Amino acid sequence: MHMDIPLLIGIFPQVLLDGIILGFMYALIALGYTMVYGVLEFINFAHSEIFIAGAFVGVEILLGLKQAGVLDGLPWPLVLALILLAGMAASGLLAVTMERVAYRPLRGAPRLIPLISAIGVSFFLQDLIRLVESVWRNSFNLVYPSMDSLNVRFELTETIDVSLKALVVIGAALAMLGVLHILVNRTKVGTAIRAVAEDQAAASLMGINVNGIISLTFLIGGAMGGAAGVLFGVQYGLINPYTGFIPGLKAFTAAVLGGIGNIPGAMVGGLVLGLLEAFAASYLSLLTGGAFGAEYKDIFAFSVLILILIFRPKGLLGEVVRERA
Amino acid sequence: MILHAVAATALLALSGIAVAVFPRSILAFLLFQGSLLVVYLARIPNWLRWGLLGVALLVLMPIIGAYNGYYLEVATQVGIFVALALGLNIVVGLAGLLDLGYVAFFAVGAYSWAIFGSPHGNIAFGGAAFPLAPPWFFAFLLIGLTVAAISGVLLGLPVLRLRGDYLAIVTLGFGEVIRVLANNLDKPINLTNGPKGITPISRPPALGLSYGEYFYFLVLLIVVVVVLVNRRLEDSHIGRAWEAVREDEMAAQAMGVPLVHAKLLAFACGASFAGVMGVLFAAKQVFINPESFTFLESIGVLAMVILGGMGSIPGAVLGATVVTVLNLQVLKGFSLWLNELKNAGVTVLGYSLADLPTQLEPAKYERMIFGMILVLMMIFRPQGILPARRRQRELG
Repeated sequence: MHMDIPLLIGIFPQVLLDGIILGFMYALIALGYTMVYGVLEFINFAHSEIFIAGAFVGVEILLGLKQAGVLDGLPWPLVLALILLAGMAASGLLAVTMERVAYRPLRGAPRLIPLISAIGVSFFLQDLIRLVESVWRNSFNLVYPSMDSLNVRFELTETIDVSLKALVVIGAALAMLGVLHILVNRTKVGTAIRAVAEDQAAASLMGINVNGIISLTFLIGGAMGGAAGVLFGVQYGLINPYTGFIPGLKAFTAAVLGGIGNIPGAMVGGLVLGLLEAFAASYLSLLTGGAFGAEYKDIFAFSVLILILIFRPKGLLGEVVRERA
Repeated sequence: MILHAVAATALLALSGIAVAVFPRSILAFLLFQGSLLVVYLARIPNWLRWGLLGVALLVLMPIIGAYNGYYLEVATQVGIFVALALGLNIVVGLAGLLDLGYVAFFAVGAYSWAIFGSPHGNIAFGGAAFPLAPPWFFAFLLIGLTVAAISGVLLGLPVLRLRGDYLAIVTLGFGEVIRVLANNLDKPINLTNGPKGITPISRPPALGLSYGEYFYFLVLLIVVVVVLVNRRLEDSHIGRAWEAVREDEMAAQAMGVPLVHAKLLAFACGASFAGVMGVLFAAKQVFINPESFTFLESIGVLAMVILGGMGSIPGAVLGATVVTVLNLQVLKGFSLWLNELKNAGVTVLGYSLADLPTQLEPAKYERMIFGMILVLMMIFRPQGILPARRRQRELG
């Protein structure tokens, strides 16, 4: 089989960059799964819809600004900050509501009961978003309006260039991961979250409001998911209510890969999975002479999930949650 | 008792007549289905109960089908989903293993007949031996069963050590893998013809019936067999082992239940029902493509099991009927009705329905229905509408 070695090497930096962007996206979403799992030992299956809800809030604001004719007049950092904050607030509140309505009544039930409820919430929200957008815009496939100033490209070498958009996405993701890290490890609230994750009964005896902390966990995880949704929209453009599902599943894979319940693990897992997927998508077709194409990248991600669960269920960095007997 | 008997018989007869008089009324058909439930629940002697149900399903239903063929189609679909729900009920309800990729086994069965029972086999394997002669269909009911059972075991072997929630996600991943494979295995060897799907798939010899009636009776026959098998399994040695595993794995193991063996059997049994129905589905539809085997379908079947009651056979039958009818008739009927109102220019509270957004298609909101079923049932009635007898005794 003929292999075009220079081509394989030539696209390497571009693929690396794509992988890093995708990886940070997964990392941000994975945080929502991992924080909730750390505290409640529960897979919040509907987190993918929290993520896509953020993307929808972002696009609605952008479209609103565009219709008002002010989108091009405003400086892009301001617009970006606005949609990020709005997306985070909406997704965070959605997550808190979800916990209050659909999960809290089931706390203490066998493990599968809240999971089934979460699957139900996920499906319900997909169609709810569709319903709202169908009534409001008569369309539920929305495109992020392009912001010209974000599409500036810098040439690194002759063959590789990077858009400002990509840098902004990476920068925003890094900043948020940093803030979260400080919040969880250096503040009083963070100590309370870790205490509740460790032992709910003991934490409540120490005077920690366990329900409040659980809500806060959902708020923070949801806000991260919302931010990821906005960045996803800015980076990839097209969204619909069902877009969130596959990235959500992959972000869950990332969380398991890094060790569920483990916050740095989610970041590492996200990056590893993003890179794996980007390379699979670009190189699989080239290496197999076109027999297997980029379509198999999803299989790739799920195979990673299955393999990691079978051979190292604690993930790369180790699971923080203790195994219940 | 006599009052019950008279009332149940009368209701069944009346609703049958109602469907005959108003063959296009969805309400009349819903009434007919409701009367079946009433007959099932009424306090009447067993011979009368099963007699009435037998008459309704074997005689009345085909007659109704002669008035409105679509109802026979609905009944056939209901039957297919009843069998699927009963299969999933073994895995989720009895053994307590949440399988989110159940439709993959349905796909395996469907593709096994689709590839060999259509000219596509010639493209996949070369030669001109395909499609196989229609009578092979019956052999493939067994082959589909076997292949699905084997894939159930193959999936089960590596994942059964996992915790319940991880197991759920892995089965979901497995279901997606099967779908992506079906979507992409048109190269390097064209096995599934990708998203375009496979057609025309051979049908079994019809024995002088119309295909609508033929498939209805075939599905009914299979459903009866499946129900009987389920009944026997439930009270068997392995059935009780499953329930022990569901309630407490550790305790079950301590009592000498071989965990891996029991779980594998549950996966294989559940998968085999789906496999059989897959073969039948392929023949009935003549055309299949990966779109029929999405995650949505898996969750739909799960919603049926949850609605009826996990581990309950009548529950699974009821759940499958309600959800299928809701999807095929109520949502679609509502959609049509809304369209008629729109076209007639009706206004509600000063709002002209003609201004409703065109993208708002009520028939498309099945996810919302499934989602609400799952959440509401988990919160308010986790044991389901018709709970399993053993569970009823535990809770009562």
